[in-house]
Amino acid sequence: MSLINNINKVFDHRVRLGIMSILMVNEYADFNTLKELLDVTDGNLASHTKALEKAEYIIIEKQFIGKKPNTRYIATKLGRLAFQKHIDALEQLIKNTE
Amino acid sequence: MKIKIFSFTLYFKVLYMKSKDYLKDISEIKDLMNKSSRFISLSGLSGVLAGIYAIIGATIAYFLVNNYSYGTLLLDGQIFRWVLLDLILIALFSIITAIILTTRKAKKNNAKIWDTSSKRLIVNFLIPLVTGGLYILIILGQQKYGQAGALMLIFYGLSLVNASKYSIGDIRYLGYIEIILGLVCALFPGYGFWLWVLGFGIMHIIYGTWMHFKYDRT
Repeated sequence: MSLINNINKVFDHRVRLGIMSILMVNEYADFNTLKELLDVTDGNLASHTKALEKAEYIIIEKQFIGKKPNTRYIATKLGRLAFQKHIDALEQLIKNTE
Repeated sequence: MKIKIFSFTLYFKVLYMKSKDYLKDISEIKDLMNKSSRFISLSGLSGVLAGIYAIIGATIAYFLVNNYSYGTLLLDGQIFRWVLLDLILIALFSIITAIILTTRKAKKNNAKIWDTSSKRLIVNFLIPLVTGGLYILIILGQQKYGQAGALMLIFYGLSLVNASKYSIGDIRYLGYIEIILGLVCALFPGYGFWLWVLGFGIMHIIYGTWMHFKYDRT
């Protein structure tokens, strides 16, 4: 089962998969946007973004807009590549089992 | 032997369930990509109504010009100001209708009306539109009247093409049609009125109806 090897463990969770999907088509997304789109709690989102950061698939940028802290997430080149590979593997698997 | 068969079917069961999950993954990825980058709650019906307003407005303008200024439009005269007001009212009614119907549709879709995707859509729609609007006002102020209709169609078309990247992709084609009508209008300014009615009236009705049946009736 060499196909299974291409399935990326990091993306084996709904929230992490969702974060990457959003960051693939957007230059960046901030914390609240991700939270609303994915319908998750603050703590849940934070732990999953941390996991993706640790894998170096996204970078986290903290800044201030006025006095409010604002956190932005951006997909790295490595993350984009890994996600593309993951999707290709998913599609292959679906094709094979059909 | 029994154990072997059992583990064999179990293996396939797991594989089958997994592939179902993957299918769900893929559709969720697609959904999130769309939701996060495009505002798709535009109402087709508001397009139809905008077209109807445009035709009513054009009829009023036609009546004004033909009955009170004997077919020629004096641009510093009273009638010209009425025609200008008529145009502003068409735009205003269309915008209000679009806001009301789009809000309604967004609520039905459980989408937010004012979020990153709708802001991005409006900004990108307004940049060519406001540029065009100001440009038309400037050339009207310089007493160059001949191309106003053509410019309205062209800049509106460019706005639609620009906005299509952040909304339902199909509005791009309406944009192309408006641009072509605008260029034809620039070549034959004598038909300006009818091309305007075609572009802002009839095309909106046709397009809105098509969008309504394609996206709204679900």
